[in-house]
Amino acid sequence: MQTFLQYLLNGIAVGAKLINFAHGDVFMLGSFVGFYAGGWAARHMNNQAGTLMSWVVAAAIMLLSMIACGLFGYLNERIAYRPLRNAPRIASLITAIGVSFFLEYGGQFVFGPDPKFFPTLIEKHLIQFGTITTTNYQIIVLVVAVIFMALLQYIVYGTRFGRAMRAVSFNFETASLMGIPTDRIISITFMIGSALAAVAGILFAVSYPKIDPLMGIMPGLKAFVAAVLGGIGNVPGAVVGGLIIGIIESFVGGSRFSNFTPAIAFIILIGILLFRPSGLFGKYEPEKV
Amino acid sequence: MNALLAVRDLEVAYGNIPALHGITIEVQKGEIVTLIGANGAGKTTTLRTISGLLKPRRGEIVFNERNIGGTKPDVITAMGVSHVPEGRGIFANLTVGDNLELGAYVRKEKITDSEYERVFALFPVLKERLKQNAGTLSGGEQQMLAISRALMSKPNVLLLDEPSLGLAPQMVQAIFRVVKEINAEGTTILLVEQNAHMALVTAHRGYVMETGRIVLHDTTKALLASDRVKKAYLGG
Repeated sequence: MQTFLQYLLNGIAVGAKLINFAHGDVFMLGSFVGFYAGGWAARHMNNQAGTLMSWVVAAAIMLLSMIACGLFGYLNERIAYRPLRNAPRIASLITAIGVSFFLEYGGQFVFGPDPKFFPTLIEKHLIQFGTITTTNYQIIVLVVAVIFMALLQYIVYGTRFGRAMRAVSFNFETASLMGIPTDRIISITFMIGSALAAVAGILFAVSYPKIDPLMGIMPGLKAFVAAVLGGIGNVPGAVVGGLIIGIIESFVGGSRFSNFTPAIAFIILIGILLFRPSGLFGKYEPEKV
Repeated sequence: MNALLAVRDLEVAYGNIPALHGITIEVQKGEIVTLIGANGAGKTTTLRTISGLLKPRRGEIVFNERNIGGTKPDVITAMGVSHVPEGRGIFANLTVGDNLELGAYVRKEKITDSEYERVFALFPVLKERLKQNAGTLSGGEQQMLAISRALMSKPNVLLLDEPSLGLAPQMVQAIFRVVKEINAEGTTILLVEQNAHMALVTAHRGYVMETGRIVLHDTTKALLASDRVKKAYLGG
């Protein structure tokens, strides 16, 4: 029972990080911004880890990484996607792959191909909940992830901007007839998505401090699987999809089939595409003509 | 008097294929003007160019004394031209209420209760459907929603593209009754229709389009009496 709960908690922590709406490589970029900013802070902080100051610094680093990635998201949309607005959808897909390669190999060129170790900003310690052992890191990751998910949910479903965003994603031409500045909405959406990827990148690097320029590939693919599992375009669905994948991976990782852990997400993807292509929570609505 | 909306010598092409060969249409304030013609005559292209979805190759589009040709669609909507696109353009995955609020996007303030009452007076069925996803509405209800939504921006000119398309005869009657009512309250309307009879009995003046050209224009009374229109569009 103890191991079961332990896996569950690990699974939730891993799962929550999978929610990543931008590409996994922006997530990597977020980690590296955090790495350099954190390294700089660590050199200037004189071992104040564990104090209030370290929390402020950690928050500032996350914010900086969000801003940097948000800016990247803006440029990405402007340079790579906007010119293809009226091109067939496959063109944007190919562009996405191009941007991904650009970041992966550009990252190797700029940051160097060898793994780096993310600095420790907040001291790690074990926390005991009855029979379950966890670390403060996992709790921080969980709390921060939940906060940002709630924020995203609020933006998408609770604001005028979110309503415009949903309209643009449904049909940007009709949205423009409503007076919605579609280009600006799409730009901001890319910025939000990329900033959230930065959050995920920082949270990931905090828990698994070994980072490298190709680290975003798997999480990116898994985030995609999580989104498909939950139903594309459904924020809570993607959260639950991420949790399910994380939990299953933790269980398999703890069993004697642990070698198959990396394959789990893809087995789920194949299953979902075969049996429920609209995802667990996606609604299939036949279009009226 | 200057026209509220005027299209002059408008040419539009899809790539190298011309769709409009220099058409001129004028709509005076307070009028219902209809644009009738067969499939492919260029009616939808005309509306889409006025609302900024297509760029004119030549000619001008003047609204309120300003040339709006080539302006972005969201800017044109904010100026007071509201376009109900062909096929209604409902956001099917959003609620009816969200659709209406999007119609009011350019105003930046929420829709007031009295405005909601106004919509429900025109189309009572929308009241019970407010929280429902718009995709679950029938075709006629979607058309009602599309028109109500377009009115939320308080437009000076309403562009309607085939509001009767695919609707039951009774629904068509209801829609056209509302079109007249909206006009009576001061909104100028440019109506594109294939249902020439309904369009001509509803509008004040009409333009007849054939393969990208205006071939005839007159008061609807005269058009209804014209042999050419009778033969080509009114079934004898």
